[in-house]
Amino acid sequence: MNHFYAWLGVFLIVVTSTAGDCLLARAMKRVGDLGAPRRQGGLGQTILRVLLTPSLMIGICFMALSFFSLLFALSWGDVSMVGPASASLTFVANAFAAKLFLHEKVDRRRWAAAVFVAAGVFLLAG
Amino acid sequence: MNPAKYFALLGIAAFGAIGDTLLARGMKTFGSVAPSQITHIFAAVLNPYVFLGIFFLLAFMSTYLSALSWADLTYVLPATAFSYVFIALIARFFLHEHISPIRWLGVLLITAGVGFVAGSPESSTPKEPSRAGAQP
Repeated sequence: MNHFYAWLGVFLIVVTSTAGDCLLARAMKRVGDLGAPRRQGGLGQTILRVLLTPSLMIGICFMALSFFSLLFALSWGDVSMVGPASASLTFVANAFAAKLFLHEKVDRRRWAAAVFVAAGVFLLAG
Repeated sequence: MNPAKYFALLGIAAFGAIGDTLLARGMKTFGSVAPSQITHIFAAVLNPYVFLGIFFLLAFMSTYLSALSWADLTYVLPATAFSYVFIALIARFFLHEHISPIRWLGVLLITAGVGFVAGSPESSTPKEPSRAGAQP
């Protein structure tokens, strides 16, 4: 049963952190390149504009959920399993999510990057 | 992509790696926190390593968000993974830890993965014109 809960935790980490990353990306895409507003309104106004974007706040909530899922997973499984599994699966899940929800053109090079990085992170974090 | 943007991506990886390393070092000196005394964890912020680590992670978050404002998520994420490579290099050359061949293979795979996207265009979605940045 411990095993089941640990993998459930990994699944929750992957889902929540992918949702968080996609929401942050969507928020920042909506705000647009930060260079122009910074030149016009100054740094303070730019930060305020970023922080007041709704999807950014929801994204941060998902990041917090993913942190608590990590704590949950770590309480059932070893860090040597939970760490690499969740980190590497998140990279692949993010590529799918970016294609589906952010409509990014994930071409062969980007798939290759996601898979290589996921494999590399798995080996390094283990 | 101009040099400033390459620096932003390098900054993401470097700030993330330094922040994580500082947090890990700080929490090791702070000691384990039992679940029954979870409120005790807030005192960890007073540890200088943890404090500095949080500062670096804030720098990481702001460069990460600014990169997402001009590049795709599938472009920025491999770059963030480069922080694992930095951590391995810090561990090897500053902390003199042993890095196993399997881990060097991991470093190689991540570097290759980052290389795949580094040369391609950073954004594949049509840009929404920023209100302030609209051309006349």
